[in-house]
Amino acid sequence: MSETTTPRSKPAPAAAVADSTKPLADEPKGRTGAARILASRDAITIYALLAFLVYAAITIPRFASPVTTGFLLLDVIPVLLIAMPMTLIIITGEIDLSVASTAGLTSALMGVLWAGGMDIWLVLAICLLAGTAAGMFNGFLIAVLGLPSLAVTIGTLALFRGLALVVIGDNAVANFPKELTAFFTSKLGGTGIPTVMIGVVLVMLFFGILLHFTPFGRGLYAMGYSKEAATFVGIKVARSKFWLYVASGVVASLAGIYWTLRYTSARSDNASGLELAVIAAVLLGGVSIFGGKGTIPGVIAGVLLIGTLNYALRLGRVSDVVLITVTGLLLIASVVAPSIGSGIKEWRHTRRVRRSFSRDTGGGSTAPHRVQKTDRTKEKENNDV
Amino acid sequence: MQQTPNAHAVPGSGERPQETVLSLTHAAKTFGPVVALADGTIEIQAGEIHALVGENGAGKSTLVKILAGLHHPDSGDFRLSGEPVHFRNVAESKAAGISVIYQEPTLFPDLTVAENIFIGRQPKGRSRLISRSEMRRQAAELFRRLGVPIDPSRVAEGLSIADQQIIEIAKAISLDAKVLVMDEPTAALSGVEVDRLFAVARALRDKGTGILFISHRFDEVFDLCDRITVMRDGRYIATHRTADVTVERIVREMVGRDIATLFPKAEAEIGHTVLKVEGLSSAGVFRDISFEVRAGEIVALAGLVGAGRTEVARAVFGIDPYDSGRIEVEGKPLKARDPQAAIAAGLGFVPEDRRKQGLVMNLSVARNVTLTLREKFLTAGLINGAKERRAAQEWSKRLQVKAGSQEHAVSTLSGGNQQKVVLAKWLATDPRLLIIDEPTRGIDVGTKSEVHRLISDLAVRGIAILMISSELPEVLGMADRVLVMREGRITAHLDRAAADPESVMHAATSSTGVTE
Repeated sequence: MSETTTPRSKPAPAAAVADSTKPLADEPKGRTGAARILASRDAITIYALLAFLVYAAITIPRFASPVTTGFLLLDVIPVLLIAMPMTLIIITGEIDLSVASTAGLTSALMGVLWAGGMDIWLVLAICLLAGTAAGMFNGFLIAVLGLPSLAVTIGTLALFRGLALVVIGDNAVANFPKELTAFFTSKLGGTGIPTVMIGVVLVMLFFGILLHFTPFGRGLYAMGYSKEAATFVGIKVARSKFWLYVASGVVASLAGIYWTLRYTSARSDNASGLELAVIAAVLLGGVSIFGGKGTIPGVIAGVLLIGTLNYALRLGRVSDVVLITVTGLLLIASVVAPSIGSGIKEWRHTRRVRRSFSRDTGGGSTAPHRVQKTDRTKEKENNDV
Repeated sequence: MQQTPNAHAVPGSGERPQETVLSLTHAAKTFGPVVALADGTIEIQAGEIHALVGENGAGKSTLVKILAGLHHPDSGDFRLSGEPVHFRNVAESKAAGISVIYQEPTLFPDLTVAENIFIGRQPKGRSRLISRSEMRRQAAELFRRLGVPIDPSRVAEGLSIADQQIIEIAKAISLDAKVLVMDEPTAALSGVEVDRLFAVARALRDKGTGILFISHRFDEVFDLCDRITVMRDGRYIATHRTADVTVERIVREMVGRDIATLFPKAEAEIGHTVLKVEGLSSAGVFRDISFEVRAGEIVALAGLVGAGRTEVARAVFGIDPYDSGRIEVEGKPLKARDPQAAIAAGLGFVPEDRRKQGLVMNLSVARNVTLTLREKFLTAGLINGAKERRAAQEWSKRLQVKAGSQEHAVSTLSGGNQQKVVLAKWLATDPRLLIIDEPTRGIDVGTKSEVHRLISDLAVRGIAILMISSELPEVLGMADRVLVMREGRITAHLDRAAADPESVMHAATSSTGVTE
């Protein structure tokens, strides 16, 4: 607890308590809303991203150029897309590991159907339907049957990748319509920003608004913290989860289509391993793996931070091994940092309490270790009373 | 001698002088602002069965947890066979000779009975490896001594709760326990199983073990125990020899408190029927529940923990399904299993577990208040932050929530203020009926009366209130009518005038319920 909390009322005769209540101040005390946002966990990721961009632009030649912007964004688009529904899913306390396999399955389907002579728009429609079906399958097992999402999506991770192999085998299809593949790598004027970024921004806006400005999104945070508390306020937990997995399947198939046309290659192993890159970026963006916490802006910054870091290191001719190691360390640091922060806070609180304790009792101690307990452990014990 | 609040003044049970094996004197334990135990005092002699009785919230569980080494008392004197002890954890308490058997034993389901008994201290063979045959032999010997036929080599999964308790007792014996604490062991047992458990308990007593028996069932207490200690509001009240005391006297001591001053119940005008429940049944949970709640009326659902009160409320609100019966709100049938429909019909539910059910602890005060009425803050389908903040501000102000800021996580508030946030959340939906489950659990005495005043105000404003409470004074002080439940059925409908501690306790505990 910080010093901003008003002292609790001491037990007193009923009438006195009723009169002495100090209602909530109109003007919030302590940190204001703006200050809170500026110091929040996802804001820190955004600062880190900005700081690194400035650093890279100054120190790495050729970094600050439209070419960089173009290639960087083309590289991160699949992660950026899938990270959107993934953020919502992780906020509800679940996970979806099957996204990369869904993308791979989409890619395989696309190749086979196109090679089979089907109209490209029909192919794309079928690919999106396949993604929808994959998401519904996950959603049915997790939301309707109530199975654990980790186990279910590890299973569908293998299943969808296996289906991709069944569909296309070891073949690769590359002769997609020139105008389409060219469109997917085209840029907006001289800015270097890929044209498809417009669509990606729309997806980001959709999920950002859904999470932050709709009752549905509010419900996701409540679910992530306590499914029971969510049920008690009339949130339909199972239904919300089902649709999140459907959304995840659809977006994964979008990423699969993008991947196929951007690299002009439909293969069964496309986007392999992408799920971990997505989850790493989401966590780096300040989403709690336990659910209940996180924002879309933070996640976007997380994805861009990892993407930029990778790109910069590659420009600096750093090997892939180092790249992976740096990404891993960054992720661990991002998970550990908040615990260190709260650890320091607890330590300071403990020290303060201990000091006031020895002042109150003249150093005498019936059992000082009990008084040093942090608020968090107290809360835990309160639960057991 | 009965009213002496001091164990030292309580003499041993008369004719045969006995050795005091455990004594806890003036133990206190607080959790933040909540005083769980103000004066925990108990003295157990070798070779006696000692009952500990008190209402829910009297501090029995906290006292047991101190004996078990789960909690450390803030102050007080704790002695085993005259030696002061300070347990830092459960293992130390066990090693010193205290074994605790809980209502629901926690055996490892995939291990065998023998493995469960000797977990962590398995007998070793010559090869320094665990000797299964030796373990089985010792377990069989324990069961022979207890006179119960349980196969030591079967797995624990699928054993009845009664058998699981016997295994816990066998474990206690193998640990050479001097004191055996049984926390409501009979709550889930059938008649035959209770008899067997009592036979085992008596056998242990005759061998010199001191037994602390916690139960709500007076017939059992009077049948089994040599002495009875009564607790109330976290304090020791008295210790009696069973032979010298009556059930009535024990009940009086359990609830005795000036009720009128604590509960400022205002008179409210009682209007039309808001909630009507008819013949509601759910297999194995509750049966044939019928009652009405009218506007401006406070109806209390009283009874012991586990009587099925919360389950009825959850079914009414649509959290849990039910098998048969009907629920009407203002004359219209209410859809089953649909909390959203219940909220739309004007119901609100303040659940008993604030931390898990009532609040989203890491969300801010404002977000919690507005969680129930998300739809009301929409501008063109999107949440309007300004509207939301205004509503949150208004409701926290009306209920005088004391918080540093609207933006603080509710986990930083005291229990009483958290409860006000839960109330604010539901009041903001403008409910017709509010179900309040244990309104003052875990709230300190001062704030309690504030919550009571709030509830009374709501009734005056015409809201129908269904209050579940295990605290008898709260029930008697607040309710216009009292429904008492026992083992899933309503055993008494009492008007305010007819409800007194004896009639409610009687309907809640004994098998021959009084009906109006």
